[in-house]
Amino acid sequence: MSAVAPVRRRRPGRARRHRQRHGYLFIALPMLLFAVFTVLPIAMAFVLSFTDYSVIGETNWTALGNYTRIFHDPYFTTALVNTVVYTLMYVPLGIAVALGAAMLLNRRVRAVKIYRTMFYIPVISSTVATATIWYWLLNPQYGLLNVFLGWFGIDGPAWLHDSTWAMPAIVMMAVWAGFGTNMMIYLAGLKAVPRELYEAARLDGANAWQAFRHVTLPQLRRTTFFVSTLLIISAFQVFDQAYVLTKGGPGNSTITLVYYIYNKGFGKLEMGYASAISFVLAAIILVFAIVNARAVDRENR
Amino acid sequence: MTTVSTIARRRVNSAVWYVAVTALSLATVFPLIWTLATSFKGEGEILGGSGLLPRDFSLGNYADALTEVPFVRYILNSLAIALAGAATNMFFGGLAGYAFAKLEFRFKRSLFLTLIASMSIPAVVTMIPLFLILKRFPLLGGNDLLGEGGVGFINSYWAVILPGAAGGFAIFFMRQFFGTLPDELGEAARIDGAGEFTVFRRVYLPLAKGPLAVLGLLTFQAGWNSFMWPLIVLNNRDMMTVQVGLSAFVTDHQTQYGPLMAGTVIASLPVLVVFLFGQRYLIDGIAHSGIK
Repeated sequence: MSAVAPVRRRRPGRARRHRQRHGYLFIALPMLLFAVFTVLPIAMAFVLSFTDYSVIGETNWTALGNYTRIFHDPYFTTALVNTVVYTLMYVPLGIAVALGAAMLLNRRVRAVKIYRTMFYIPVISSTVATATIWYWLLNPQYGLLNVFLGWFGIDGPAWLHDSTWAMPAIVMMAVWAGFGTNMMIYLAGLKAVPRELYEAARLDGANAWQAFRHVTLPQLRRTTFFVSTLLIISAFQVFDQAYVLTKGGPGNSTITLVYYIYNKGFGKLEMGYASAISFVLAAIILVFAIVNARAVDRENR
Repeated sequence: MTTVSTIARRRVNSAVWYVAVTALSLATVFPLIWTLATSFKGEGEILGGSGLLPRDFSLGNYADALTEVPFVRYILNSLAIALAGAATNMFFGGLAGYAFAKLEFRFKRSLFLTLIASMSIPAVVTMIPLFLILKRFPLLGGNDLLGEGGVGFINSYWAVILPGAAGGFAIFFMRQFFGTLPDELGEAARIDGAGEFTVFRRVYLPLAKGPLAVLGLLTFQAGWNSFMWPLIVLNNRDMMTVQVGLSAFVTDHQTQYGPLMAGTVIASLPVLVVFLFGQRYLIDGIAHSGIK
């Protein structure tokens, strides 16, 4: 086909404009949907954040009132600290477990298929089911986890009933439930690393760790950027687990920002204030995502 | 000499590997086995806290789960929503992801940044505005031009499908993939006189089968497992999804563990099947997709 097709000469400007027009054609429909069902609701919520909208009753314009209120709200600070602590535990652990599992599965052995399926199983269980199971696993007396720790002479903590250990317990459950997805993405990334690079590293006398550090990690830069960005975004929005397992307790130790937003917005119907907190949260997430992008970039240069 | 020690080391390596993967898979699978075992136990045995395996094997919980609520109808609802979610995300994600990676157009960078930024806004914020938009969509579901009088998209599959159809995740994911493919592939086809759409369909899209499969799998699963949004926009009993149906077994007073576990097993099966079917060419598909 390519042999018969006539070779047309276009001036570069025309070709570019031609390609531009197609760019718009490609994105027109997805961007229309995005505008109506994502951008518009966000804009509406943004307007709400400057009002005292509370679903019922009349709505007044409060200008920056909600935003100044945030900085004097002790519960906001508690929720922010909890969320940052969660993120700092969840993101590195999530990456390490996902990448570790993917490296284990990146082998040419038949059994890999079965293990891959088994590693992925937590992802396909729903949150309702997962939470029920973990509630039982984390039971201080009869729970499997503390029974297991007991075999090694460790007196396990009360987990969800202990304000120090409730958050780590939630992190554990979240990593367990979610690492399968990122493992698959890493596995796809690992398969795309050229084998010749490992050959070359071996010829240069690199050991396994050096090959990992200087071949695998840099080659996975795009994947790691993708995975870490999504992990940060989802970590800051943690809600389900805290809602189902601890309802924010004990002693507010697992109140997260989204949980607080949910409480204010749907519990106390302070939709305006809840919207304002949401936009502060979005700004925080954006800052972390940018810092992360810079770090991933620098790490591999 | 060297060969003997190499073989020995390889054996040890392989043994360590099997121990590691087995330990990890025990951690991931055991809770599910527990769920499965519990689903066959009678109520007395569940609360009595006996061993793992059921003493009296019973299918009563499954009968309860299927008859107490219209579970089959829920499964069909969930299937429709999850399949439509996967199809729309693969289609729109592929189109837009390709455009952001390989085509030039004005505002490309700022549009893409808007997309990423929108993902960082918590879903709770947009729930009420989104509900209002769907309910007051003009000229649909009995609405007039101003969006008054009817229910719009509420209580239809569209209320779940449309907001998630062109997800930021799908576009971001596909853009990352198309970005790894060399520009030269398209240039070669363009020199041969291929139009932009042909370049996409004939050159780049066939290479994206693997990532598209991954995307389809992930979005199917997200659709199947989604809970809060279907709960809000599908309040007609006939329109409910499996997950919402499951939660009916968990109440403030008492949790019916038996039917809950049986329902959980049923609800997990479709995703498991899709995964087993999909994983065949998922990863290998990406590996053979021409990225060398």
